[in-house]
Amino acid sequence: MAELDTSGGGHKKGPGVKKAKKLSTRVDLTPMVDLGFLLITFFIFTTTMSQPTAMKLFLPKDVDKPEEQNKVKMSAVITIMLGKNDQVYYYEGDDPTKLQSSNYKAIRDVVLDKKRRTDPKDFVVVLKPTADATYKNTINILDEMTIDGITRYALVDVTPDEYKIVQATEQANGIK
Amino acid sequence: MARAKIPRKSTSVDMTAMCDVAFLLLSFFILTTKFKPSEALKVVTPSSVSNKVAPEKDVVLITIDKDGKVYLSVSDQNQTQKADMLDEINTEKNIGLTSAEKANFVKKPSSYIGVPFTQLKSYLGHAPEDLKGITIPGIPVRDSTDNQLTTWLHAATTAFSGIKFNLLIKGDDLSKYPSFQGVIAACKKNDLMKLSIVTNPVAVPAGSELYKINMAAGAQKPQ
Repeated sequence: MAELDTSGGGHKKGPGVKKAKKLSTRVDLTPMVDLGFLLITFFIFTTTMSQPTAMKLFLPKDVDKPEEQNKVKMSAVITIMLGKNDQVYYYEGDDPTKLQSSNYKAIRDVVLDKKRRTDPKDFVVVLKPTADATYKNTINILDEMTIDGITRYALVDVTPDEYKIVQATEQANGIK
Repeated sequence: MARAKIPRKSTSVDMTAMCDVAFLLLSFFILTTKFKPSEALKVVTPSSVSNKVAPEKDVVLITIDKDGKVYLSVSDQNQTQKADMLDEINTEKNIGLTSAEKANFVKKPSSYIGVPFTQLKSYLGHAPEDLKGITIPGIPVRDSTDNQLTTWLHAATTAFSGIKFNLLIKGDDLSKYPSFQGVIAACKKNDLMKLSIVTNPVAVPAGSELYKINMAAGAQKPQ
């Protein structure tokens, strides 16, 4: 009717009728699948990672009377003291002057070596974090006890004398 | 002999079904994920080989931040206990808190106490949202004569009477030992001997004693 014939004409369909190019309706979904799985991976990783765990810690009851306290053979005891700068000091028996330096990696062998040499029913590890030790140090050493399969260990406050020896050792070793 | 002509097939596969599966899984994971609530107190916890998941209900949480300050909070589900605990302290120490001040601790989610008793009234005058920029001193624990956490824990034990509550300690890597020592002393005074320490899980080092025990236990299980 009132249409302009712009085509060159000569088509089979007659003048004025453009042959519309038929576009495919199918879209390539591969990138979308990629993205989907990428996000899935992300969510799987973030969900499992952020779940905090709880470490159980059972405290012993404070006993005031000395006769009610647990007696331990001093030769079967290893005392581990935690100093500043992630340093560990230990001594066997009841002589704090025989203090030896160590660190959180090497202490495992020290503890296991002592465990091997001692009667299992007497073996006790005494843990004494000093005021310079961090919370992380304390938890690490408690965890170390679990890792080494030690059933008898005690968290005890450091005595002033022992603290002095630790400080002297730290000075001698140049740890600030 | 004429060979049968094998029709050449297109190599492109229909991705629609796979896409459906991918997004179905994606929506499932998004909906089931619980995002970590943004914490007012930023604490980097140490790691341990423990694999028990930290409880979320009936929790009394003691937080030690990196400066060794101690804070106390109660899980949000336990509002009654939260209120009871604060009431207990209020009457015991004659603080005279108004109901609005109480509500700031009891009703608001993830609220925590981090001040000595003397400052409690002014501290609870703020909503927890306003406390972001203010530095607070923490509950005094280091002085063995004035370990106020003991009183708080006593109030918590009374508030939770009849219910077994989980005492959680969440400490920062960098905090010094005396704060933790103070917290332990306060727990011992209240006969709370079972503590849970919040940690990040790590794998048991290969070859260690515990590793061998776990392997032995694992080997026996299938039988």
